[in-house]
Order: sequence, then C-alpha cells, then structure tokens
Amino acid sequence: MTEETKPFEPVIIGFTCNWCSYRAADMAGISRMKYAPNVRLIRLMCSGRLDPTFVFKAFASGADAVLISGCHPGDCHYAVQNYKALRRFLLMKRVLAPMGVEVGRLKLVWASAAEGAIFAKEVNQFVEEVRKLGPLNWNKEVGGAVAEPIKEEVAA
Amino acid sequence: MSAEEKKPKERIGVYVCHCGSNIAGVVNVAEVSKWAGEQLASEGVVVSRDYKFMCSSLGQELIQKDIKEMGLTRVVVAACSPHLHEATFRNACKGAGLNPYLCELVSIREQVSWVHTDKVAATEKAKAIISGGVARVAHHEPLEPLRVPIHPATLVVGGGIAGIQAALEIADAGFPVYLVEREPSIGGHMAQFDKTFPTLDCSACILTPKMVQVGNHPNITLLTWSEVTKVDGYVGNFVATINKRARYVNTKDCTGCGICQEKCPKKVIDDVFEAGIGYRKAVYTPFPQAVPKYPVIDRENCTYFLKGTCKACEKFCPTGAINFNQQDETISVEVGNIILATGWQLFDARRVPNYGYGRLANVFTSMEFERLSNAAGPTGGNIVLRDGHTIPKAVGIVHCVGSRDKNYNNYCSSICCMQSLKFAHLVHEKTGATVYNFYIDIRTPAKGYDEFYQRLIEEGTLFVRGKVAEVTDAARNPGEEGKLIVQVEDTLAGKQRRIPLDMVILSAGLEPRADSKAVAKIFGISCSADGWFIERHPKLDPVATMTEGVYIAGVVQGPKDIPASVAQGAAAAARVLGKIQQKEIALEPVRATINEARCSGCRICNNLCPFNAILFHEDKMVSEVNPALCQGCGTCIAACPAGAITGTGFSNEQILSQIEGLLMVNLKSLPLPVEQ
Repeated sequence: MTEETKPFEPVIIGFTCNWCSYRAADMAGISRMKYAPNVRLIRLMCSGRLDPTFVFKAFASGADAVLISGCHPGDCHYAVQNYKALRRFLLMKRVLAPMGVEVGRLKLVWASAAEGAIFAKEVNQFVEEVRKLGPLNWNKEVGGAVAEPIKEEVAA
Repeated sequence: MSAEEKKPKERIGVYVCHCGSNIAGVVNVAEVSKWAGEQLASEGVVVSRDYKFMCSSLGQELIQKDIKEMGLTRVVVAACSPHLHEATFRNACKGAGLNPYLCELVSIREQVSWVHTDKVAATEKAKAIISGGVARVAHHEPLEPLRVPIHPATLVVGGGIAGIQAALEIADAGFPVYLVEREPSIGGHMAQFDKTFPTLDCSACILTPKMVQVGNHPNITLLTWSEVTKVDGYVGNFVATINKRARYVNTKDCTGCGICQEKCPKKVIDDVFEAGIGYRKAVYTPFPQAVPKYPVIDRENCTYFLKGTCKACEKFCPTGAINFNQQDETISVEVGNIILATGWQLFDARRVPNYGYGRLANVFTSMEFERLSNAAGPTGGNIVLRDGHTIPKAVGIVHCVGSRDKNYNNYCSSICCMQSLKFAHLVHEKTGATVYNFYIDIRTPAKGYDEFYQRLIEEGTLFVRGKVAEVTDAARNPGEEGKLIVQVEDTLAGKQRRIPLDMVILSAGLEPRADSKAVAKIFGISCSADGWFIERHPKLDPVATMTEGVYIAGVVQGPKDIPASVAQGAAAAARVLGKIQQKEIALEPVRATINEARCSGCRICNNLCPFNAILFHEDKMVSEVNPALCQGCGTCIAACPAGAITGTGFSNEQILSQIEGLLMVNLKSLPLPVEQ
C-alpha cells in the first residue's frame, strides 16, 4: 500500500472520568478487547471537570475529534456533575458548528466501570465516523481569518 | 510554541516497562524509550530507560538511583493503569526523596498493548501517551496527602448473615457498630431456610446464636425496622441519616411474651418471612427467635390504624408496652466506615409463564419449599401439596429458573444446584417420593459439594439433563390426569419426555434487590449491568468499592452461598478494622481552591457544587472552597469564567499541556500539508 492510498487515520483525544470510563478502558484492557488505536485518553476526576477550553484546545492542537465520556446519568461519583458535562457538550456542539467543525467530531459516551465492551465498541464506531469526515479542516471551511485568532486565544 | 524557544525547567526521567511480554509483545519498548530520550529532550527528559518489570524492586531501585544521581525532578513511568501501580511508583519516588506527586504513571498496557494488535500503531500511540505524560508532569506540584481522622464507629447496613458477621467481628474487636435492618428482626434469608447444604445443619440452629450475640453485644447498636435514607461526608467522617419507623411498642417495657400476637384479631399473609404461604398477625415478630424480641405493629394492616378501633394488643399487654402514639424517628449517626450487606431477592418465577407458577397450584418456588420443609413453618415441616394435606408421590425440581437464560438473567445464581440437591434429599427423606432434578449442568465446586451430589445419586434421585420447556396440567393420556406434566428434552438420551408429577419446585435464581440502584446512589457506589454492587477489583479487592470507606459483603456483590457471604462479611470487617486502627487516613490531595484576587464574586460556582463546599463571603464578595467538604470533582474549576479556581493534581496547565503532548507526535509525524 503506498502513502497515498493509506486510509485516513484520525487522531482523537478522549476525556475520561476517573471513576467510570477510565476504568471501563482499563476493563477493556484487562479483558483484551480490541479497539482502534486512534484514541488517546486523558483522565479527569469527573466529566464535570471538562472545561470547554480543553475541547477547543484539542481541536486547535490538531485533534480530528474529541470523545467525552462519563458515568451514566444518575451514577455520577459526585452526585450530578455528569449532567453538567452533558450541558457543556450540547453547548460546545452549537459553538463548534459555526467554527466549521462538524458536530460529528464531538461525541459523548456514557460508560460505567464495568462496561469495557461498550467503551471499546463506541471507540471503534467513533473512529469510523470520524474517518468518514476526514481530517479536521476548519481553516479551509471558515477561512484562516476567523480560525487563527481563536487558535491563538485558545493557546493563550 | 516551538520547542527551541522554551528551556525546560525540570529534569525528567522516563521509564518504560516491558511488563514481561504484556507490553513488550506489542509495543517496541526499546524504540519508545530511545525515542523519548531523544525527541523529548527538548521537553526536559534527561534520561529514558526500559526495563522488564518496572514495578519489581530492581525496577524501582533503577528509578531511585536516577533520582539521586541525576537529580531528577520529575518521573514518568509508562506501564500499567495508575489504578494498579500509581501508589508503587509514588512510594518509590518518595523513598528517593522526591515528592510522590511529582511522578506520573501513564498506561501503555491497558490502553495500548492489551487493546491493539497493530504493532506499529501501538508503538506510535505509546510514544504519544508518554509525550502527554512528560508535558503534564512538568506542571505537577509537590503535594501532601490530606490527613483526616477516622471515626471509630461503623455502619453496617443489612442484618443477614453477611452483615451479622461483619458487625460481630468489628464489635468483638472493641469498636462501636450501628447495625441497620429494614425488617423487624435481623436474620435475613438464612433465618428462613430449613437446612443448609451440604452438611444439612439446621439453618436456624447455627444462625440464632449469632443473632443473640448481636442483640446482646455492648458494642452493637441494633436499629431494626429502620432504613438509611441519606449519607453525607466522606471516608472517616460519614453522617448517616436513619429513619426509624415507629414500632408502636415501648421496647423498654416489652418482655417479648407474645400475648399481643396471640390476641391480635388481624391475620395477614406473610409475604416476607413465610414467602406468602403462611400468616402472621398485624402485630408480629417474623419468627419466634427474632432479635430483637420486640414485635412491631404493621400500620398498613392494623385494624386500629385502618378503622380507629380495636387496640386488643394494648388491652392485653401485661406491661402496658403498646403505644399507638409513637412516631417515626429520624436519627443521624457519625461513622468512619460503612459496610453494605443488603442482600438479594428471589427471582419472580411468574416471569416464566410456561412454568405455571401462580397459575398451577402445586408449582412452588424454592423459598416456598424452604418454609414448607421448615419445622417452624406453616405446615410444621410437612411437605404437602397446596391443599395442605396430600403428600406428593413424585416431585420435580427445575434448576436455573431465571438464571443462565438470556431472556431473564445471564448469570449463574451459584447456589441453585446445591439448593436443588438439598431439596431432593429432604423430599426423599420426608416423603419417600420419587424425585427428579431437571438440570442444564450440575455445578458443585466447593468443599463437600460434589460429595453431596454423589450421595444424592446413591439415594436414588433421578437426574434429567435438559432445560424444561413447560410445566402443564393439560393431560394427554389417562396416566397424566390430575398431574403436573413436565415437558423436557432429555439431552443425554436424545429424546423428548413428558413426566407426570404431583409437585414441581422451581429453583429460582438470586436477583439484586429491586431498589439496589437507589441504595447504591445513597452510598455513592455503582452497580453492574445486572444490578450487583461493583467491587474495587474483581479478584484482589472484592469487598472494597470505588468509594473510599464504603465496603460490600455478601450476595449484594454477586450470587454466593453462606460460607462465602460469611467470609466476605469478615473480610469487610477486617478492612474496616485496619482503617480504624490507623486512626487517620491519607486522602488524595485533589481539591479546588479559589484565588480571591481573581474571583469576581459571580457565584456561578456556588450552585454547581453538590457537596455545598463553596461558601460565599458577603463582606469580601468572593467565594471560598472548604477543603474538608470538597471532593475534588473539578466542576467549579471548569465553570469559573474568571479562571479563579484551580485544582490540585488536575490543573488547567496540566491538562492543556497533556493535550499538547498527546498531539505533538501527530503533528510531527504527519507529512506537511501541500500548499495550494
């Protein structure tokens, strides 16, 4: 296979919760479930810690997509903070769209500590979805004039 | 931001673990290590090594030697999940004089080698993860663990055998225990059983002495007819709110003579203790050996509460102990640790309509049979049909009802095989009936269990291997008239059978209690997809939970028999005693703090905190985090529009750098886009 015909391999940053989805990833590992190597995880104590800046930073730094995962509604280790992650997720989708970032590049997955299989399945599915979208190309979509200042601001 | 411009402040060591072949079998660890030493030098990496087992003492010494000789200020270990060995490597750093929180463990086993097969891609991902860890660790700060005192009292929830064992172990060690039970008496399911397998000990005979011990123990505060409604606080310092339902009996005056129960005119079907086949009164103790001995008045059924008149119990009570004016009481207790032993409920056999339970009179559940066979039960231990007197001549026992069945529960309930064998023995012994066991597989894995199975075979119990298709009363020939017919495929003989029987016992499985999710929420722990509480580690930490200070014991963790429940009760108690003996516990110093100078006083964070840890100073117009209440979730940090809140261990700098680090590889390895 030559360089040109290689399929596009997206790079995805995944934010996981220490209590559920990070452990789901551990569980997937312990159970030797296979999934695509395109996701690189960051552990937070709670999906509620997810500052929208982190998502914009990931996109600005070259990620093709961002995965957010937390405890199932009602199961949050900190009572209700995953609902705040959900709110921010919905808000971020609305903010990203006008920036030229397809909403399909941001995904929210609920996975409990026991759900390694679900985690692996969702990752695989997401990688395929992003593969279809192709590389992140927000500069081209809306023009560098808009994207560059945002990039700088996010980097600051 | 180019690498040349910034001069790294820190001296970072990178240590890549082979984990035998666990990591090295997929990830090219030598290449990763070499790459980190060369490519991440601009980020401050001064040494990068790989080693067969970093967690071994030799591996740890390797790190310690470098810290001392090379003056490392930060350490990144690329190995397994931080949930496994973070403490190991932090301690190693501490041993060499480096603050343990300056070490970062990144997972290239659970997140790379175990889940990926493409060796090139896995090696690249390992590099990216290490790059992220290196970028992050530069922003770590030296921290000290938070030390909090441990309250010596323990809350045990559930008075079945697991909870009883846990409570006794802790109380015997000299520490106070609050044992909370929902029913009027402790004892749980074990008190309902007739015999226990495989020894055929009388269940009550071995249980009741333990119950009495609980009742008399000076260190145990027994709260029956009570439920925990709320838990606040954290390990070492929980405050549990308990609703004590009104008994309408003054326990100080009651002697437990039982006259009230005798005189009460209201008979109620006992769905709980007698499994629906016996009666109790509206004022009752579930069984004669109940602990405590004091009865309760069930206000849903008491004639006085329903019609405003009766009070027969009050009239006849020789000590005047009945008090209809009692009110429910809410009490709160301070405890350092909590053990949940809330048990299980029986699978509802009505959910399998083809087995006819609830429709065909002589189809019984396992719990009904226990009561039927129990000498203290409604029939005095006579195994008879639903008519109350006919002794069955042929009895069938159906295994795996609701278990190992994808229509109901996938799991094996673990106890039903042995329970069914026990039933077969009891039926055979007491009635001389022919007994059939309809099984999928016989599972007898514990001490003395398979011997019991062999004994049953010798006793002449018939075993038919096959899943029962149907239990019916529709006779096809005169021999089946008036009988229950079991339709089953005998998979060993390879043919369909129709077996006419007088009685069918459904060995129903164990299920999580209907309210297990709600209970889990109260205590801040989680349930598996089936509804069992999740342990911290399925093999190495079976009684702890993800929530520090909350332990689980018995069937609530998953189906198990009495010996295993007792072992877990004792194990949970040992864990709690270990904590109490330490007198204080070190907590992860992951907490939020507010920079007063940057806080605009907008109060957005105030309502986001579920622990009410953020208070607002009206005078200064700034918010402040109470570190004793903060649990470190970080939601306020993410929400602060002024960026005034920081979180130790998970600061914005740490996360943002990690993002850059994780993606740096990507930027470098991608061919430059062609300008158009």
